[in-house]
Amino acid sequence: MTNVDTLIPKVGVITDVRIDTPDIKTFRVVTPDGKKAFDHRPGQCAMLSIPGVGEAMFSITSSPTNTEYMEFSIKKCGCVTEWLHSAEVGQQITIRGPYGKPFPVDDEFAGKNLLFIAGGVGLAPLRSVINYCRHYRDRYGKIDIVYGSRSKDDLLDYKEIIDEWATDEGINVHLTIDNAQEGWDGHVGFVPNYVKELGFDTDKTAVLCGPPIMIKFTLDGLYALGFEKTQIYTTLELRMKCGVGKCGRCNVGAKYVCKDGPVFRFDELNELPTEY
Amino acid sequence: MRKCSLSAINSIFEEIAKNTMLFLPVDNKDGKAEYKKWQEGFLLSEKLNTVKSPKEFLFPQTENLMEFKTSGKNIEIIDTRTAKEDFVVFGVRACDAKAFDILDKVFLTEPRDSYYASCREHGTIITLACNKPSETCFCSAFGIDPANPMGDVSAWKTENEMFFEANTEKGEKFIELIKNLTEKTDNKEVKKQKEKISNIMKKLPLANLSTEKFGGGKTKELFDAPEWAELSSTCLGCGTCTFVCPTCQCYDIKDFNTGKGVIRFRCWDSCMYSNFTLMAHGNNRNSQKERFRQRFMHKLVYFPENNDGTFGCVGCGRCLSRCPISMNIVKVMKKLGGKTND
Repeated sequence: MTNVDTLIPKVGVITDVRIDTPDIKTFRVVTPDGKKAFDHRPGQCAMLSIPGVGEAMFSITSSPTNTEYMEFSIKKCGCVTEWLHSAEVGQQITIRGPYGKPFPVDDEFAGKNLLFIAGGVGLAPLRSVINYCRHYRDRYGKIDIVYGSRSKDDLLDYKEIIDEWATDEGINVHLTIDNAQEGWDGHVGFVPNYVKELGFDTDKTAVLCGPPIMIKFTLDGLYALGFEKTQIYTTLELRMKCGVGKCGRCNVGAKYVCKDGPVFRFDELNELPTEY
Repeated sequence: MRKCSLSAINSIFEEIAKNTMLFLPVDNKDGKAEYKKWQEGFLLSEKLNTVKSPKEFLFPQTENLMEFKTSGKNIEIIDTRTAKEDFVVFGVRACDAKAFDILDKVFLTEPRDSYYASCREHGTIITLACNKPSETCFCSAFGIDPANPMGDVSAWKTENEMFFEANTEKGEKFIELIKNLTEKTDNKEVKKQKEKISNIMKKLPLANLSTEKFGGGKTKELFDAPEWAELSSTCLGCGTCTFVCPTCQCYDIKDFNTGKGVIRFRCWDSCMYSNFTLMAHGNNRNSQKERFRQRFMHKLVYFPENNDGTFGCVGCGRCLSRCPISMNIVKVMKKLGGKTND
């Protein structure tokens, strides 16, 4: 019997805390000897915990091509996240993973034009894929990124988007905020409407992540543009405890989001009950 | 096959207990059967089954997973797993033995759960055929034969004797251990006993409960069935059914601050509870109807879908006798099964 058990985590150290928005911080995590805790694929998740506070699943926002550290963009909204938001550099946490099925970046995405659509903190799991595709730029076609948030201050990874993504050749970034504000001369309006306005060709594979309401209306918009369910991917989030399909918590029908997801294609989701 | 007279059974218990921990169903003060560690004077219960299932021998109700020591910003993770002691569970019924197989499918599938695996490795399961299956029994609906219980050793009790047959290597070891207290025999008596049991089974009220409408691939057909609303309308969400169930395996992981450190433990949880799926941003099963449906869909559709058709119920009947509002899986199967289960 091997003595490994997936429930037993490793120690991780927070080596950087970046304040992204009023309620989202991005944490850089390595092991105490300064290495990456484990390898992962774009879209996979990790369980982070603070002993005595709790454990929760987070998507890994850094790309696997980053060989030095992992990053997690975390919105303050519950016990664990609130505690993390008060953590300082040097704080140790625990980390285990990677969990879940990644985005099919090396097969179904290969050679395709890609359309990423995110709302709010929904950009966190997509950033991993976007940076992976930027790293292996010649493997993919044109890339469009539509990203929206409540306000300019609520846009995650704003500096990286402007300085790196938007300056890359063959990548078009379309930002939007819900309401007009001073200092913003970009698009104003909700993500689903913006997607419709932009009117994308259907020669793309689309990847969505954001609040359920955004997903719902964006999907309708994509279908109206002629996209098929088999062309659209998303990543789900449900409550999890084990991460490996045993604690019985995160199932949608016969699928467990932790191991059969979190990445699903909409034709797969269509076969499942709408209990997510 | 080996046998001993019933009067010798206590010396067998004594012999086992000399070598290893022995658990068996004994009657408690309330006249109900519960598994207890054997000691001198304990008699094997005559009851058909225990109130709580023996799943806790493999998957304890609460179980410490690890400990943490923190100082300042630093954390030390302490692996508290220790070598488990060998143990024997005597008198497990066919349904509960089958439930172990179901739990195996969950916990021993990669990545395997080392806590469960270690209990499984160290336990020897001696099953006992049911001489008097009761009217709440419906194990046969799930292909279980109470006359042929599985496990490491199968045992049959007749009026005056107990018969033993090993099914596994662990079982052989057990038979070896009690060799001097038993004698070799043919299977004639056991055959007769099996026939008697089969005859009782045929006459049980739930003998013809059909699983035809259920199984993998039936999600679309059953998920939106209007019957769920009525079936779940009186459910209190107390979770009793999940706690007495031999196959329910949902668990929670929690931390306990001892003052000197933090113990991370897991404990049984219930999909019937309102906070089971509650997240910071909402709950994907807000109503008791949704939670109720989850429990039965899991056992009757999702589990077989993921496990080659094996249902997640063994028909032990515990939920039938324990539910405070008398709702249970049989009623669900009858209601949703339509004509096949009238």
